[in-house]
Amino acid sequence: MKERLTKIYHGFGLPRLIISAFLLALIVVAAGTELSVAGLLSDALVRIGQNGIYVLAMVPSIQVGAGLNFGLPVGVIAGMVGVLVAMENSLLGFGGFLVALLVAIPLGIIAGYLYSLLLNRVAGQEMMVGTYVGFSIVAGMCIFWLMAPFTNPALIWPVGGQGLRVTLTLADTFGGTLNNFLKFEIFGLTVPTGLLLFYAFFAFLLWLFLRSKPGVAMEVVGRNPRFAVASGLNINAYRSVGIVLSTVLAAIGYVVYAQSFGFAQLYNGPLMTAFPAVAGVLIGGASTREAKVLHAIIGVVLFQTLLTVAMPVTNQLIEGNISEIARVIVSNGMILYALTRVTGGEQA
Amino acid sequence: MNQIKRIISKNAVPILFAIVCLLGVYYAQMPGQFLFMEIIKRMARNSFLVLSLIIPVVAGMGLNFGIVLGALAGQIALILSTHWEWSGIGGLGLTALLATPMAVLFGVLAGMVLNKAKGREMITGMVMGFFANGVYQFIFLFLVGTVIPFDNAALRISTSPGLRNTVNLSRLRGVLDNIWTVQYGFTKIPIVTFLVIALLAIAIWAFFKTKLGQDFRAVGQDRHIAGVAGIQTDRNRILAIVFSTVLAAWGQIIFLQNIGTLNTYNSHEQVGTFAIAALLIGGASVTKATIGQALMGTFLFHLLFVVSPSAGQAIFGSAQVGEYFRVFVAYGIIAISLALHAWRSKSLAKASMEEDVSA
Amino acid sequence: MSVPVLEMKKISKSFYGTQVLDNINLTVNEGEIHCLVGENGAGKSTLMNILFGMSVITDTGGYEGDILINGSKVAFNSPKAAIGAGIGMVHQEFMLLPGFTVAENIKLNREDTKPNPFSKIFGKKLETLNRKKMSADTRSALDKLGMNIDEWVTVAGLPVGYLQFVEIAREIDKENLQLLVLDEPTAVLTESEAKQFLEVVQKLARTGISILFITHRLDEVMAVADNITILKDGELVSSGPTESYTIAQMAELMVGRKVETSGRIGNVKSEKANEAVLEIRDLRVDMPGERLRGIDLDVYKGEILGIGGLAGHGKIALANGIMGLYASQGQVRYEGMDVPLNNPREALNLGLAFVSEDRRGVGLVLEDSIANNIVLTSMQTQNEFLKPGPLKLKDQKRIMAHALESIERFDIRCTGPEQIVRRLSGGNQQKVCIARAFTQNPKLFFVSEPTRGIDVGAKSRVLELIVELNRMGVTVVITSSELAELRSISDRIAIIYEGKLSGILAPDAPDVEYGLLMAGKSLEEVGIGERATN
Repeated sequence: MKERLTKIYHGFGLPRLIISAFLLALIVVAAGTELSVAGLLSDALVRIGQNGIYVLAMVPSIQVGAGLNFGLPVGVIAGMVGVLVAMENSLLGFGGFLVALLVAIPLGIIAGYLYSLLLNRVAGQEMMVGTYVGFSIVAGMCIFWLMAPFTNPALIWPVGGQGLRVTLTLADTFGGTLNNFLKFEIFGLTVPTGLLLFYAFFAFLLWLFLRSKPGVAMEVVGRNPRFAVASGLNINAYRSVGIVLSTVLAAIGYVVYAQSFGFAQLYNGPLMTAFPAVAGVLIGGASTREAKVLHAIIGVVLFQTLLTVAMPVTNQLIEGNISEIARVIVSNGMILYALTRVTGGEQA
Repeated sequence: MNQIKRIISKNAVPILFAIVCLLGVYYAQMPGQFLFMEIIKRMARNSFLVLSLIIPVVAGMGLNFGIVLGALAGQIALILSTHWEWSGIGGLGLTALLATPMAVLFGVLAGMVLNKAKGREMITGMVMGFFANGVYQFIFLFLVGTVIPFDNAALRISTSPGLRNTVNLSRLRGVLDNIWTVQYGFTKIPIVTFLVIALLAIAIWAFFKTKLGQDFRAVGQDRHIAGVAGIQTDRNRILAIVFSTVLAAWGQIIFLQNIGTLNTYNSHEQVGTFAIAALLIGGASVTKATIGQALMGTFLFHLLFVVSPSAGQAIFGSAQVGEYFRVFVAYGIIAISLALHAWRSKSLAKASMEEDVSA
Repeated sequence: MSVPVLEMKKISKSFYGTQVLDNINLTVNEGEIHCLVGENGAGKSTLMNILFGMSVITDTGGYEGDILINGSKVAFNSPKAAIGAGIGMVHQEFMLLPGFTVAENIKLNREDTKPNPFSKIFGKKLETLNRKKMSADTRSALDKLGMNIDEWVTVAGLPVGYLQFVEIAREIDKENLQLLVLDEPTAVLTESEAKQFLEVVQKLARTGISILFITHRLDEVMAVADNITILKDGELVSSGPTESYTIAQMAELMVGRKVETSGRIGNVKSEKANEAVLEIRDLRVDMPGERLRGIDLDVYKGEILGIGGLAGHGKIALANGIMGLYASQGQVRYEGMDVPLNNPREALNLGLAFVSEDRRGVGLVLEDSIANNIVLTSMQTQNEFLKPGPLKLKDQKRIMAHALESIERFDIRCTGPEQIVRRLSGGNQQKVCIARAFTQNPKLFFVSEPTRGIDVGAKSRVLELIVELNRMGVTVVITSSELAELRSISDRIAIIYEGKLSGILAPDAPDVEYGLLMAGKSLEEVGIGERATN
């Protein structure tokens, strides 16, 4: 019995155990108040589906040895352009959603490829360079949003302002399209079927890809580049594949996020997108060198549920919005833990 | 001729930014007097913080994104000093004194964390800054007034937990700047503040002439070799971060006494980014930074800051373009510097290998 | 004669149960130049680590035996303590900070300082550097060596040859220096620099400083040494005054066959020999520390060709160059076809397989399972172990079946094919490497240092496996630092010296011939006629 327990403990890992226990405690507390547990869990399901693909995006980047993809905004921007193009043309429902994806994906591929060319030259320092490339692109795009040639009045400031609005609502176009698809309710729990299916589909695709010949090659390149060379693999090519994959997932992730959230926040909105996603995959059990699709799934479920449940529960206890601060502390604490855990250099 | 070329290529970054700034000044069409006033004000405010970055760079720990911790120590001291109603230059000195042990503690902790993340100091420092910010917010937004009893109308609204979003530092506002000012046109030059900055510059310069400074330099060049020579590398690295954190705490106090109000939850957020961008624009890199570069960078960066909105207005018909542009420059210059550093150290390793082989 | 400067008595050391030094005695007198000779792995560096109280020794349970300095017993627990007792060391790799000046390097952590107002409050660490004094001391140290470089020049700009002198200047600047250890100091020097260097060493010895000189170059030993100590496999094989040795004797003692080595387990190569299957012409390989500077060599069909030589002379680079892992130039033809260099993919496609000397760095994906390690190369280069269909998904069933079969065939001791390779012992890791190469169905098999770091039982099993593969018709090129092992399975053995082919010997050629070729002496030069070596 004891042996089995220690085995479970080692397999699951201390951070996950703590977070799960904490989560459970929160839910128990919630049940004791007038809060609706089913309602909380419904919100959690939405947030899981909404953030899931961002966390998936971490997997190929880590697998290929480029570490946690702090440059997530590179892909997010591509997704934003996709969403804006669909909105500019007032495309509604699934049509809008699909057009957004169709624009976002090729842009994500191009942006991801260029980004990978840079990262291949700074191997070993990808995370730091990625962070600031992400920040720069967000800041640079702020100028673009001001001058972009969009004309749809729903997007641009009414008289007096210049450029795109800071917050756009998707309610009139394709907000919630995916969430509402096949949505059903059970015991007061609302299940956003379409959103979760879409997420599950991408998780499966990624899982499948990682089991294919190029997927295996990618993993080898990340785990031991020198072995990869000796096995005739082109390291930079596979690193590019991984980074492009990560960037494209970020682009798709944004389109999904925006339709679920119901708003698109331009300008500095996407500045910190990478951090919860990075924390998510780490909470799921990944390290800066190892990540599986399963880690991404566990991570997003634990982290997003925690955030969703923590806010209303703590609000019952203390005043004020603690959710944002909890997010900052948990996510950065988790990243800090991961960064200091590996010994030696990143490439060692 | 070749020498000119060498000087230009060595100082490519500041020269490039000087050109950008000149263009900005030209298009912004600002009155010279106003420009001068703004620059003087901003140099007085920011130079100290930028100078606090030099020591860790020389000690081989890269750009200290963790100076946020120092800024937080400074702010906590300011909050307490407001609570106790300290005032005047004596009050400011006392505040700095109060910030010092906190900054030392934070610095030791940060240094220990960074020693566990060798080769990844910068990203770790940055995340540590975010993390510390979260803890700081948790304390001052939630615990204060609920768990920690704290009643002071100047700092809190008694009906909700946490400190006010802005704290008026009226007792300390300008107390350093105003000790002795010299009027030039309609600019008041805060002589004492500049003297303090000059004193710090001299102190840093002198510090690198001492045994400890030499040890820092040695550790910065090569941890392994310094260690073999018997220098305690880990201890020196922690010390370097402690110095930087303490200086940042003092720097933040100087910064805020000039501004006069403390944005409890935002004042420190961009401290690291802007100070680092300024240092890099002066021509510093991840491995090399001098006092001249820090001061030159502070000047250029803030010149850009001042002229950007007007220049944006003049060129693009939108002041906002200019505002976004300067943020873009801050992030962009850091991204480029980091990439160049990583790129160079990679090709350097390759070159030394090739050299070895063709020798 | 007075009390010796250094006496090491009955020094023994084992790492985790493996004996690396056994009962070593070493005595160095005042002003003596004592040469410590031995192959890499003979135990020289361990002995020096013990002398310097390095943490690799103290952290692994210390050592047995006594060290006496000037007749009194010492036990250093840190390099600082050793340095304090007047022992200096010049490392093989330069311990100089490139951005520091010559004077700053020489005075590193021994800077002269003078007090200032702050240091009186905050302590000695804040005393100002006394550059004048540092400069003067440096000048006098450099002058002693006959160096006229400027003491305020940064080291980064100096030619490599000068760096060695800066290192020595640093050591002699230490006032109480009595013993200077030089670890292969001439390896990076040109011939004239080396000559100048040896003169300086002799000059130093005349001033009363004792020198412990570690080198592979037997010429140098003969030229400067007063006494010689030869180590082999952690044992002291011979010690005495230089006059009592010839180069040939030293060479023989260095490489001499281990007593317990079993006889040949290889087969005599088949009759249809001497048909070159691999022709190597003027191959140059830029492998750091193991450079190959132009070699011509034929590998015959069906043979086991051994490649030997001392560490650092380039034997390792041969296979690495042909397999495209290090930048190479020259011509390599395999079965009449050009092998494109610098292209691992092409080499693999031609049917060459390689088991690297760097097992953990290149040979394995340590975090991956045994099964994956065995099939990875074959999957990526030959599209094996994939399910049919456009997705090219890996065929887990076939992978497992093959892994199980390999585990049995190669006797890999493990908990199962899913076990992570990092957890295996060195010998079993090596078997995984060989299984991977087998899985590629190679026609020509390169294997480097197959038994390095593995226990005795696994050693013979690994060698048997190589012979087995050879019997199946695969040509084998085996590179090894262990001459005995080469001699036990090879048909011919090529010795590499300073990046060039020194000669080819039969496995049963006398020890002395091997020793001479390894020391770069041709056999005629010392009066031993070239024997038939086919």
